[in-house]
Amino acid sequence: MEFDLSFLIISVLKITAVLAWIYGLLWVLGHASRAMKAVGVVLAFAVIQLALSVQIGDSAIFNDFDQGLLFQACAMAMVSLGLNLIYGFNGQFSLGQWGFYGIGAYAAADVTYRWTGEDAQGLLVLGIGVLLGGLTIWGVNQFLRRYAGMPVLSAFTLYLMGSIAAWSIAVWLGGALNGLLAPLFGTKDAPGLLSSGPALQVVFFLAVLFAGVFAAEISFLFGLPVLTLGSDYFGIATLGFTIVVNTLMVNSDTILPFPEMKGGRGMIGIPKLTTWFWAFLFLVLVIIVMRNLIHSSTGRAIMSVREDETAAKAMGIDVASNKLLAFVIGSFFAGIGGGVYAHFIGFLSPGTFDFLVGFNPLIIVVFGGLGSMSGSIAASFGWIFFLEGLLRVILGQMGTEAPTWRFVLYPIALLLLMLVRPQGLLGRAEWGFLRAPEVPPRASEEPRRTPVPTGE
Amino acid sequence: MPEVSAPQPSAAPTRRPGARMAWIGQGFLLLLALLALFILVRDLIQDPLLFVQIVISGLQLGFVYALIALGYTMVYGIVKLINFAHGDVFMVGSFVSFYAVTRFQLHVWPAALFPTLPRGWVVVIGSLTVMLLSMVTCVALAVTIERVAYKPLRDAPRIAALITAIGVSFFLEFFGALNFVFSPRFIPYQRPFEVVTLYIKDGIHILSEGTAPPDGSITFSNIFVIIVAASVLMQVVLQFLVRRTKIGKAMRATSFDKPTARLMGINVDRVISFTFAVGAAFAGLGGVLYAIAYPSIWSQLGILPGLKAFVAAVLGGIGSIPGAFVGALIMGQVEALTMGYISTPMRDAVAFTVLIIVLLVRPTGIFGEPEKEKA
Repeated sequence: MEFDLSFLIISVLKITAVLAWIYGLLWVLGHASRAMKAVGVVLAFAVIQLALSVQIGDSAIFNDFDQGLLFQACAMAMVSLGLNLIYGFNGQFSLGQWGFYGIGAYAAADVTYRWTGEDAQGLLVLGIGVLLGGLTIWGVNQFLRRYAGMPVLSAFTLYLMGSIAAWSIAVWLGGALNGLLAPLFGTKDAPGLLSSGPALQVVFFLAVLFAGVFAAEISFLFGLPVLTLGSDYFGIATLGFTIVVNTLMVNSDTILPFPEMKGGRGMIGIPKLTTWFWAFLFLVLVIIVMRNLIHSSTGRAIMSVREDETAAKAMGIDVASNKLLAFVIGSFFAGIGGGVYAHFIGFLSPGTFDFLVGFNPLIIVVFGGLGSMSGSIAASFGWIFFLEGLLRVILGQMGTEAPTWRFVLYPIALLLLMLVRPQGLLGRAEWGFLRAPEVPPRASEEPRRTPVPTGE
Repeated sequence: MPEVSAPQPSAAPTRRPGARMAWIGQGFLLLLALLALFILVRDLIQDPLLFVQIVISGLQLGFVYALIALGYTMVYGIVKLINFAHGDVFMVGSFVSFYAVTRFQLHVWPAALFPTLPRGWVVVIGSLTVMLLSMVTCVALAVTIERVAYKPLRDAPRIAALITAIGVSFFLEFFGALNFVFSPRFIPYQRPFEVVTLYIKDGIHILSEGTAPPDGSITFSNIFVIIVAASVLMQVVLQFLVRRTKIGKAMRATSFDKPTARLMGINVDRVISFTFAVGAAFAGLGGVLYAIAYPSIWSQLGILPGLKAFVAAVLGGIGSIPGAFVGALIMGQVEALTMGYISTPMRDAVAFTVLIIVLLVRPTGIFGEPEKEKA
């Protein structure tokens, strides 16, 4: 039994460094002056570039294994932030986050996989589809405004019909346009404009974005009727959603028409396009969107639904649409996280999106504190580093049997944490940028006429 | 306060314009139902014998689910906790019976003690002992879990208890997967008694081993009979326990209103432990029967049947005992029919889709009481 103590110390130092970096970034973002923010963000990205490239002796500070953990933690942080919005801030107990994560991963992977195979159809269909689908949802929504009080099932039927029509058009249009674009890829000897590196990067960005929107649109269709259920019933229905999505993944080449996803064998050959820059860019964008949402009046409406639905209704808050909004945005984050994950790992297997693994974001969110964004971020990084990194490597050093102990020790730690701190590590505390901006108090009790500048 | 005028009656009529559009959703559901009915009737007409055969296999599955679902529904009814560890208690039950049979030959103990006993009695008494041992072990396990993990969290937020339940479930699964416990492999299960296949064609006959059943017959096994009998018996026992005994009354009172029940002198902690124990006993029996019916066990055996049973409890209206029973039977049929006519891998997906649709029509399940306004 060989045990490397220095490895343990170095790993803990690395985790601390990464967490300190993130919190430093958040602190800088929360700084009042705009110049400081810009300088801070640029500095932060420069620091991580340095950390990834500088060598000490013959090994990098963050080797490939650490970098893998870093990307994984970024994806997990996006998923957990989304779930925290749904469960922590809006109070809807959802187990469906993992399904949306999977949808995002597969959708984004399919686009870039086809693109590297010189086939633009994936991007075109997904792009036109999310655009038309979004337009349809918006249009139906406008139409339904005239019919207040329509039963939710009827509304759902209309949305569903509209979306099916929109996606049929998208598939047809995508196929047609693909023929036009095909010459631009060029031949093997003379690669065209579209098979160049920069084009691929743009496609990757679009793929991840569209995958997020796609997940959000599906979550809209699913959430509209299901969000009317009571809390635990909603939880089980969303768990069912994750399982249905997983089953469809296992049968993606037989029941769904996607032979390139290879069903239960797993999708291989996804271009590994996620770099530290993309991963952190998406994470920072998600954090900024989430923070601004939470501290807006919409965010307060979302939180009021968690506190007391009846009281919120009495204050004139549209409970149903606020629940839906939180659910859709949360799923959007999950979809983006999935896209980032798919392009870092390069291989997607339905086993990754099993509902058992799907409890992980829930555990992370509760670990970090329900209703604390800082907690979710810290818990995601800590969780991935400890469970996937530290425990795996340390137990791996201790013998062949030991790695299975990882999942024996982990529930015990979970039980202890729940006994000691049932409200999570951070409770509802926030840090730096994520704290509520300080709005200057109003001068008088008069109703305000001009919009008061916010703390930004 | 006379100066405050009464709120103006709003301009909108009491019947809002959208209410007239309810037919769209109802029509959609009706179409789905008609489609399902059409598929079923078509299959029934095509090959009635096959259909009956599939229904029988669905009943077998459903009655096992019923045993597990009772535990879920009772625990939820009393502590409002989704006890994810219940499925793993079920798994432990099947493993206990496996070791009792293979290591200790417990299923033949009457023959060892009383060599003169007829063989039939040996099998019956031996199998019953094995089942009883599983049930007792599961009860001990569940009560321990309740004491160690759930009881300290009685006043914590509900999510803490739920995460703890998930933790306990993971612990049992992965601890069981260790090599010196149950090992991570699939293990062929050794039944405490022989399988006898019966067929119905002009009366019930026993199918001799190694022969195919004659054409136009419906086959079933003694396992099916035992599962149905055990499940129905347990249902009756439970109904008696809950409706007619003192502890049953205490259970109902605790589930209705915990603080008041405490004021009435009911030892709530004991009642909760008792509920866990009863549920675990059923799960233990279910574990043995499931392993006998589908003889391949491993450390994650409990996850899917447990989840399906929980879904069955939700389908029937969680907290309701007849609801769990009916929901489990529906679940078994849905699964068997999907396996028979659509495709085997789709069975979980179809089962959950049915659950979601049922919940949309009846948000608290078939037998569920409407939820109280947030307390």
